[in-house]
Amino acid sequence: MPRVVVDVMLKPEILDPQGQAVANALPRLGVGDVASVRIGRRIEIEFTGEPDLDRAREIADKLLANPVIEDFTVRLVEADETADARS
Amino acid sequence: MTARVGVVTFPGSLDDGDAARAVRIAGAEPVRLWHGDPQLHGVDAVVLPGGFSYGDYLRCGAIARFAPVMETIVDAAQGGLPVLGICNGFQILCEAHLLPGALTRNQHLHFRNRDQVLRVESAGTAWTNAFQPGQEVLVPVKNGEGCYVADTATLDQLEAEGRVVARYVGGNPNGSMRDIAAITNAAGNVVGIMPHPEHAVEALTGPSLDGLGFFTSVLKHLVGAPA
Repeated sequence: MPRVVVDVMLKPEILDPQGQAVANALPRLGVGDVASVRIGRRIEIEFTGEPDLDRAREIADKLLANPVIEDFTVRLVEADETADARS
Repeated sequence: MTARVGVVTFPGSLDDGDAARAVRIAGAEPVRLWHGDPQLHGVDAVVLPGGFSYGDYLRCGAIARFAPVMETIVDAAQGGLPVLGICNGFQILCEAHLLPGALTRNQHLHFRNRDQVLRVESAGTAWTNAFQPGQEVLVPVKNGEGCYVADTATLDQLEAEGRVVARYVGGNPNGSMRDIAAITNAAGNVVGIMPHPEHAVEALTGPSLDGLGFFTSVLKHLVGAPA
């Protein structure tokens, strides 16, 4: 069964101190060519029946993301692209 | 009659005991409210205490917003019930859209725990009328996600309408925009504050008694308010 994947990212104008901390650690790995890092959240939703993108959008807007500070995108992926399948 | 002030306990609340104690020291009767019970049991005001409701999962306050008690509180707050959200309570009020903006990770990523001077900017709210405008108070601050953010239009509106209730003085502990420590809704009955007035109500345990004013304010407000 395909799943719905919701990607939540801080809006570009919101400072991401976690991303900055990661970016600042990269030179210690010998990585010097990264300009910036932004950290978000990926959520996989499995419906009991057919995946419902509109419903997923509603869930994302009301709970998964805070529209004051975050943007989200919603898409369908096949089951073999999800985290469960890779583990 | 003694005012009854509800203090909500969510799973993961931390400062509900201190909030109830502050209510009692201020001269009101604390009434413990449970997140799963939508009844407010006839309280005259509500405090949402600090802590880590629902383990801060997803975002701080995001899940508490959907607790049965919150649905009742949101309706009652829109009808004028005084509500004070402290720390995690402030986060819950923003998530519930009773207050604008959001609280994000401290800019320096460190948890900050210290005594903090605040300047009370607005003494016109249900929770700050015992103060003089411009009065400085000393209360503990302790948060990891206390950085207040909102878009410029919202910040300008808060300033223009006198809805910035308190600002950090002598160093901003978390990077909050415009040094904002507390804000209120348009009606002045809902206040969110990141520092902890409930920890500054007794000489034995607090850095001052300044926090008590937030709790005596609501009693003053209730006496003055039409029944």
